[in-house]
Amino acid sequence: MSNTSTFSYREQILNGIIKENTIFRLALSLCPSIAVTNNLKNGVIMGVAVLFVQVMVNITISLMRNFIHPKVRLPIFMLVISGWVTVTDMTLAAAVPDVYGKVGLYIQLIVAFASILARAEAFASKNSFMPSMADGLGSGLGFLFALTVISLFRELLGKGSLWGYHIVNAKPLLIMILPTGGFFAVGILMAAFNWIDARHGKKSAHASH
Amino acid sequence: MGNEFIKLFELIISASLINNFVFTRFLGLCIFFGVSKKMETAVGMSITFTAVMIISAAMSWIVFSFIMVPLEITFLKIIVFIGVVAGLVQASDTIMKKVSPGLYYKLGIYLALISTNCIILAVPLINVGEKYTFTQSLAFGFGSGLGFALALVIMASIREKLELADVPAVFKGLPMAFISAGLIALAFTGFSGLIKL
Repeated sequence: MSNTSTFSYREQILNGIIKENTIFRLALSLCPSIAVTNNLKNGVIMGVAVLFVQVMVNITISLMRNFIHPKVRLPIFMLVISGWVTVTDMTLAAAVPDVYGKVGLYIQLIVAFASILARAEAFASKNSFMPSMADGLGSGLGFLFALTVISLFRELLGKGSLWGYHIVNAKPLLIMILPTGGFFAVGILMAAFNWIDARHGKKSAHASH
Repeated sequence: MGNEFIKLFELIISASLINNFVFTRFLGLCIFFGVSKKMETAVGMSITFTAVMIISAAMSWIVFSFIMVPLEITFLKIIVFIGVVAGLVQASDTIMKKVSPGLYYKLGIYLALISTNCIILAVPLINVGEKYTFTQSLAFGFGSGLGFALALVIMASIREKLELADVPAVFKGLPMAFISAGLIALAFTGFSGLIKL
């Protein structure tokens, strides 16, 4: 997390996607991960919206960082975030009205995401333009990745279809579409992440010793 | 008058049980999983939450109908509401510190947590979206607070027991909390046919 030549864009982005994945690792911004993921299309659109807001907020904050007085930084961050959220909200309402009808409330609530404020505070307010963009890209992609996996899992099992196209002919598990399925899916995927992590950790420990 | 009262009662029931914020609308999950580890914190959080929710519903309704609609700036509702909520939380923090230090000592920490919580923001947004009147907004805020309190208390009592249970290693902690929340959500779907609005 420094501005020196050792900064690696690749590492920063990967860090956001895997090591500090917003949903599976940090357990932040959980609301949409269950609310909008009962089909793939909603999940992906929500993920893209968050990715866009995160990158734009990081860019804006890093450009303004020398002009913000530290005492009033939080209200200013909130203002920047809600500005970008309003932009996203209006764009989606005009571009994809059918999806917006279902995910609209959650798009507006991106403004209260702890993860976006956290990245702005912890990274973008201290780093220059390009690293901040990379950081936002990593964190946003991590969120998009999580939403995509969860909604893929739920739509495939719950409806037997993907992106609205019918794929499996067996009787679907209705429970995965219901609220319950959302909690189950996130719980199981979190456990899977832990499991992979534990195995991976063991392997790399063996390799280094 | 009697009819009006029944409408309000229905609204409270629907906001707290049928459209429970945690289990059917999935809002406030971060706080829900964050503070449900212990019964004591869960109860403190619920009380603070319900109070702030009712006041913020009232405040934002007044700001929306008397300032934003006449000026035709309703498209700024996200920015304005987050300002109202943050200001309100800050104000109640200061007032509580002066008026009742004992209560502040107990509940103050939850107040700070609330300011960036999605439920507190969602209540005004839904009120505006559904075009509720002033009393209906208050009823909706109260019902939502009640529903959230119910969810928190149920979850906290389950998680206190889970601490002692023998859970597979990879499921320890949050994953198991999610599975339990799923099971409670399944029970809550039973409320879905209770009343029709």
